Amino acid sequence: MTKANDYASVMARKPEIMIKSVGIDYSKFESGSIAFDYEKMMKETGYSLKEMQNIQYSVNVGNTPILELKNITALARSCAPKGKGARIFIKDEACNPSGSFKARRAATAVYHAKKLGYKGVISATSGNYGAAVASQAAIAGLKCIIVQECYDSKGVGQPEIVEKARKCEALGAEVVQLSVGPELFYKFLLLLEETGYFNASLYTPFGIGGVETLGYEISMQFREKYGKDPDVVVCTNAGGGNLTGTARGLAKAGANPQIVAASVSLAGLHMASDTAFNKKSFTTGHTGFGVPYSSWPDRSDVPRSAARPLRYMDRYVTIAQGSVFYMTEALASLEGLEKGPAGNTALAAAFALSQELDQDKTIIVQETEYTGAGKHIQPQLSFARDNGIEIIFGDPKEEIPGENIILPSHPSLLKATDIDLDHMRKSLIKTAMATYHVENPTKEDILFLAEETKTNVEYVKAQILARG
Amino acid sequence: MVAKGEWVRIYKIILQPSERAPQVPDDTKKVSLELWVKGFLMNDAEMGENVEIETVTGRTEEGKLIEVNPYYTHDYGKFIPELLVIDKQTRDIVFGGDR
Repeated sequence: MTKANDYASVMARKPEIMIKSVGIDYSKFESGSIAFDYEKMMKETGYSLKEMQNIQYSVNVGNTPILELKNITALARSCAPKGKGARIFIKDEACNPSGSFKARRAATAVYHAKKLGYKGVISATSGNYGAAVASQAAIAGLKCIIVQECYDSKGVGQPEIVEKARKCEALGAEVVQLSVGPELFYKFLLLLEETGYFNASLYTPFGIGGVETLGYEISMQFREKYGKDPDVVVCTNAGGGNLTGTARGLAKAGANPQIVAASVSLAGLHMASDTAFNKKSFTTGHTGFGVPYSSWPDRSDVPRSAARPLRYMDRYVTIAQGSVFYMTEALASLEGLEKGPAGNTALAAAFALSQELDQDKTIIVQETEYTGAGKHIQPQLSFARDNGIEIIFGDPKEEIPGENIILPSHPSLLKATDIDLDHMRKSLIKTAMATYHVENPTKEDILFLAEETKTNVEYVKAQILARG
Repeated sequence: MVAKGEWVRIYKIILQPSERAPQVPDDTKKVSLELWVKGFLMNDAEMGENVEIETVTGRTEEGKLIEVNPYYTHDYGKFIPELLVIDKQTRDIVFGGDR
């Protein structure tokens, strides 16, 4: 019998398709209420740090250098109060085979797919992860399909996404391109069903565990070169995997730096809107993913996401689009480095945060990514201008996403804006209770929610009471 | 005519506006969900015809034939003079005017 392929029927088959394509029975970790055993899931379905290092190093992933940005630091100090201006570093993840840290996530996912005997891998992503999966699948000799949201209804593609399609194809993947909309997931499920390939989701324990090596390396390299751990680690935040994996890796090294999430502010632009699609100048690392995925991680393409950033973040800041563009150009003009957009969001945040810290402190941006046609700031800004976005110098505070891009008229105007983490924590607790229809959370639930929100049992109890 | 075996790009609508997911915003609900994919043409055909292709993973997809030997045209965009202003400003601050 042929299966019905309309939207509702395919979505209804999601649980069975997922179990087959990820090879994880998530029900094993469920408590039947809000709580699930996150650490057990990470341990039983993932790999140890040593295993992941071996997997990654065997396919030329990882061990990327840390670079000190002395001239960017000097620029920050020129804007900072006397004695302030922490040293700024970047981990040059663009040195990975596919040009970004995503190679770490893909390496473990593809290794696992091959071990389980899958003939191919599929991933739904418009970002660097697609290129990373394609690259790793090429090395492993597996087939690869990347499903990508690429064009608006006029057939116009964001240049950065078009470039990523090119890169995936160049690395041997089949790229299925779609117009704007969350039903990308519908086609993704159909493809998983049709091919029987592995779902190389960004949110499985392999995908997140793969980033732990990054956090671990930061600590090891820093200790070797500077005799101590960094004081602050800034992660560009979208789906939360980058921050989660890095923080877990740092913890495994015994390091305890402040973990800061940074996203580009795209406030006011709807992510599934056809007309807003090409008014965004960033395709990832923005608040449109970062805020919802931090407040509620289980909205991904797997039943329980291994990316749970609110467990690890100490602070969450947003940066205006124009400020990231300014910093990207400063990186070229002062450090002789051309890098792609994602890491530069965290770099712009680090530039602002450095000015709050003493000069003997250190702050590291934990990724860079490749740049080139479509991804460079010139095509990004040019595309924005062609789409009617005004590009001006001024105060980034006045930037309105979708209407203008304000390049700071002086670097001292480049600021990081704090997101209220307390609000996000409350939102997560509320959503958890509503999602699982729980009025009276169990003791286990309360402990779980305390871990989920990086708070304590008293805090969670107070929120539950306040809610009632 | 486009010969069997040529590398082509096809296009199709996979969801009509009426079939779109309930959660999509109104502007997106007005338009179809469209798909583009590349592969080897399985039979001789004319441009614009409905055809079948075999993709690089060996899958068969059908859709309207729209391009032969499709290629990318994304580039470095038009010049943005503001970037020169940033270069000068940052270098002036860090190295002084006489660098």
